[in-house]
Parts: sequence; structure tokens; C-alpha cells
Amino acid sequence: METDFAARIASLPQYQELKAKRSRFGWWLTLAMMLVYYGFILLVAFDKEFLAQRLGDGVMTLGIPIGFGVIVFTIIITAVYVRRANDEFDRLSAAIAKAVL
Amino acid sequence: MKRLLSFAADDSLLRPALTFSGLLLAAATAQAAGADLGQAVKQATNWTAISMFAGFVVLTLFITKWAAGKTKSASDFYTAGGGITGFQNGLAIAGDYMSAASFLGISAAVMASGFDGLIYSIGFLVGWPVITFLMAERLRNLGKFTFADVAAFRFEQKPVRIFAASGTLVVVAFYLIAQMVGAGQLIKLLFGLEYWIAVVIVGALMMVYVLFGGMTATTWVQIIKACLLLGGASFMAASVLWHFGFSPEAMFAQAVKIKADLASTGGKTAEEAAKIGQSIMGPGNFVKDPISAISFGMALMFGTAGLPHILMRFFTVPSAKEARKSVMWATGWIGYFYLLTFIIGFGAITFVLTNPSFLDAKGGLIGGNNMAAVHLANAVGGNVFLGFISAVAFATILAVVAGLTLSGASAVSHDIYATVIKKGNADSASELKVSRMTTIALGVVAVLLGIAFEKQNIAFMVSLAFAIAASANFPVLFMSVLWKDCTTRGAVIGGFLGLISSVGLTIVSPSVWEATLGNPKGSALFPYTSPALFSMTIGFVGIWLFSVLDNSARAKVDRAGFLAQQVRSETGIGASGASGH
Repeated sequence: METDFAARIASLPQYQELKAKRSRFGWWLTLAMMLVYYGFILLVAFDKEFLAQRLGDGVMTLGIPIGFGVIVFTIIITAVYVRRANDEFDRLSAAIAKAVL
Repeated sequence: MKRLLSFAADDSLLRPALTFSGLLLAAATAQAAGADLGQAVKQATNWTAISMFAGFVVLTLFITKWAAGKTKSASDFYTAGGGITGFQNGLAIAGDYMSAASFLGISAAVMASGFDGLIYSIGFLVGWPVITFLMAERLRNLGKFTFADVAAFRFEQKPVRIFAASGTLVVVAFYLIAQMVGAGQLIKLLFGLEYWIAVVIVGALMMVYVLFGGMTATTWVQIIKACLLLGGASFMAASVLWHFGFSPEAMFAQAVKIKADLASTGGKTAEEAAKIGQSIMGPGNFVKDPISAISFGMALMFGTAGLPHILMRFFTVPSAKEARKSVMWATGWIGYFYLLTFIIGFGAITFVLTNPSFLDAKGGLIGGNNMAAVHLANAVGGNVFLGFISAVAFATILAVVAGLTLSGASAVSHDIYATVIKKGNADSASELKVSRMTTIALGVVAVLLGIAFEKQNIAFMVSLAFAIAASANFPVLFMSVLWKDCTTRGAVIGGFLGLISSVGLTIVSPSVWEATLGNPKGSALFPYTSPALFSMTIGFVGIWLFSVLDNSARAKVDRAGFLAQQVRSETGIGASGASGH
């Protein structure tokens, strides 16, 4: 791609919008994922009793739903990004392509 | 205690090998008989498993034949012509990623220590969202065949390609050795055949898949394997839950009771035994110190985003949209799989640890702890299902090694031969020829290394592969795509620093220095289990520092190229779809 063609695309408002939105969304979700995962690891490292405390009278501990929760959260957060990207971001990309090609 | 299911263990597992093949191999066994602890002990030949595996092989060979007819150009070979859908690619990624080690190893870890196994599987999953948010679509928009296409996009080709090919080959080598040794140990357990047979079978089949069928055959082998593994694991987990009326509490309560009973039989007081029983419901000794925990977590999280055979899969789909769909499906399947392995591990406590026919004289599992899922298959589905799971576990290794070999071959033929040696002027036919020659070479080397490492403690190798991917491949990819001021010099020096430090720190860590090299305990210079926290920092800081200090003419070109790269990575305009770039 030639530099002036790239510069022409880069000056489009839709491009600026796409770049800003995707970047913000991607970094926020990355931050959320890191907080959830490293939060879990720090709990494992520093507060084992918190995870090992029982819920109610049975053997079930708080750690099991939290652990399963991290797995489910990982799947859901991925789906959230992909849904928005495949809809909104792709529409913006298509608009950009239409404007320059 | 209530006997859990009426399926009795098939006693053929316990009978000494008297079959034809057992006699045939008896001479070869004599030397291998003195296997040291931690090594698999050869079981009786299991013909059900072998014939099911043979069925899988025949099916995949037919697919390879069909794929061979479609593999004409370099693009067909590396990326199946870019014609894989997001859904198919998601399954193939899952097939590439769910190794036999994670199936047998994690369910064994859950059986042994409960909750700690879950910590492990979570680590293997959390890299996927990071790939989705920051990498997948940008990779698709910038790359063609290998991740080096992306890392070297705006840089001087030769040094960056040499770095990327080194990073790829080192990661592939360690991952491959671990798979080959795993295959050899597994075949003794699952089929009751000799170690070297497994290594040769795996080496030969992976060569056939990759040589003739390229990415198309590799993809379909991975898809079929993923379906079989997910199907088999779902059946096992459902059988376990069904037995407990789909009440997790009932399953956990039974497992805790069994662990406590075992502890009190072992001479513990009632109070201690109850504590030991309940300990499987919370974190135990998996995390020794916080630094190791965080470091290992970083290796898994960011290493996934730097594994060359995984990154390569993003070039097999036609668009960024399909790339995103693939990673969404992959994350879903892999996450589901880890939930299943957790249930399977608890199922192994309740069904396997209580059944004397699965236990040896000392109360351990016949064939070792890694047999947890395999014995459970026998308990819930009888000998036929045992054969099925054994065949799937072995097929799993094949699918993983095929992907690794393809990725290693493309690093040599596309990055080194076509770009560095031929300076981008290689024709498709000669590039294809080089990748096929490399495939043969890699196959032979993998077999030789697999045999050479038979008696070695290789437990560190997969985590080392992740650490290298996180410390060398990922930082270079990340910085080159997202940081404007990154230069050729910075990427290459920083990347190699990450590579060297991750390998070096692993060598002087306890798991290699003491466990593998046999130095005295406490003599290791680096006290933590994973180097990633340090080597990733070295990699990133190296890239930053040597880029900032870089005032060469090339650095100006590198920085000036960022805008065009960014526009293409964001919009996909100009990306290689059907045509090259």
C-alpha cells in the first residue's frame, strides 16, 4: 500500500472512529481479563482460605464457582468482543473501503 | 461404600502380555523393562484401542489423499488456500491446542489434588481473549503464511525473518519433543506396544499428512480429533454427573468422602483425614510462591499468543471476520473442554480410586496417575469405550505434531528460503519443494529426538515452549504491530534477548538444573518455576531500548512505514485474500 493512499484512508473520519473505538474497547476488555485472571491467581497465592471457605453445610467451596466463573467469563468476554467487532467494526471498515476504493 | 457402576474392569488390562505381538516384542522389552519411576509401564496389548486407532488412521489417510489433490500451490500448502471457515478453524485451533497432556495430565492433576488442576486449566484458557482483542484480526489483515509476515511487515526482512524463524523452530522443537516422548509413553500405557513404535508411527503419519495434504489435511485431522475428543470427554463427564443425579454437590461430597477414607486407611486420625478430604475443594500446593504463580500465569497467557502453529491458523480463513469467529469458537470449545476435564478428574476419584481392579498393590493407579481418564473411560463405558478414548488420546498427539511440523516447515521454506535466501523471488513450486524437504527433515529429527529423550524428564518442555513464545515471539509481534517507534534493530535484539533469557533461565531453574541435569538440590541459580515474568520483561525492555536508541537510516524507514501498516491492520484494505501482497 502506498503511503499517500494510506494517509488518505487515515484522514477519513470513519477510520479515526474505527481505530479509536476498537482500540479503547480492546484495551478495556484486555484489562478486565487481566484483572480477573491475576486477581484469581493472587487469591490462590495469598488467600487460600478465602477460596477454601465452604458455602452452606455441604462440601462446596467458594473457589469452585469462582474457578468455573473465570472459565465462563473468558468465553463470554471473547464473544462480547467478537459480536461487536463483527457488527459495528466491520460496518465501519466497509464504509472506509467504499470511500476510498 | 456403594459400588458405583456395574461395569467391571476388563481383566485383559491386568493379564500379562501373552498375545502374538507381546511375544514378538518380548526381546525388545528386556532392555526397556527397568524403566525408572515416572515413566510409563507397558500394559497388555489392547487390540480394541489399536483397531479404533487404525480406523482413525485410515479415515485421515483418505482425507489426506483428497487434500493432496487440492494442494497445488504454496498457498494451498501453508494455509489451505485461505478457504477454511471460522467455525471449522475454531474447531481446528481447539484440536491443535487440546493436547493429550492436557486431557490426561489435567484430569490426573484434578484426581490427585482437585482444585489445583482447575488453576492449571484456567491458565491455559486465558490467553485466548488476549489473542482475540489484540492479535487475531490484525494478524489476518497483515499476514500471509507465517507470523513473520506480520512481524517483518514494515521492517528489513532478513534480520526479522531470521529471528522469527529461530523463535518458531525453537518453540516447535521443544513442543515437538514433548509430544513425541508423550506418544511413546502413551502407547505403552494405552496400546501395550513399545515406545519406539509410537515414535516411528507418529513421525511417519505426521510426515504423510503434511507432505501430501499440507494445511488442508492438517486442518481436517485437527477437526476430527477435536470432535472425537470433545465427544468422548462429554460422554464421560455426562456419565459421571448422571450417576450423581446431575448434582455437583453430590459428586464433590462423594469425592471428599473417598479422599478422607483413603487418608484414614493410610493411618491418619479422623480429624486429619477429614481435612485432607476437604482439601481437594480449595487451592493446595500448586502455587508455591507468588512470583512463580504470576510468572507461570504470564507464560501461559501471553505464550498462547506467540505459539507459531496457533498463529499460523489465522491465515487459513478468508477475512478478519472469520478470524474473529475462529477464535470465539476455539475459546468456547477449549473452555468447555477444561470444564469437562475437571468433572472427569472428580469422576476418577469416585469411580477409579474406589475400584480395586484399577489399582496396583500399593493402591496407586495401574499405569500411573496419567491413566485416570483412561480408567474412568473403562468404568463408565466398558472396554470398547476404553479403546475409543485410548485411540483418541493417541490421535490427539498426531493432530498436534502435524500442526507443529507444518509451522516449522513454513518457517524454513517461507521465511528463510523464499524471503531471506531468494529475497522474495522464489516461485511457488520451488518454495513448496523446500517446505516438503523440511517436513521430511523435521519428521526424521523429531523421531530421533523422541528416541533420544525417552528416559529424560521432559516435564519442563511444554512450559518452556510457552515461556519462549511469551518472551520472544509475542513481544516482537506485539510491538511491531502496535508501537510506532519500533525498529528493525529493536525488534531483533529485543526478540533474541527474550529468547535467550527464557531458555537460559529455564536451564538454571530447579526443574532442569536439578531434576533433569541431576545437580544437587538447592544449587539452581534461578529459584522460580517459570522464567516468563523476567524474560518477557527483558524482551519488551530490549525492544523498547534498542528502538529508542536506534538512529540509523533504516529506523527512519521502519517508523515511516507504521502508518500504512496500521491502516491495513485496522481496515484489512490491501490484505492478502485470494491474492498475495
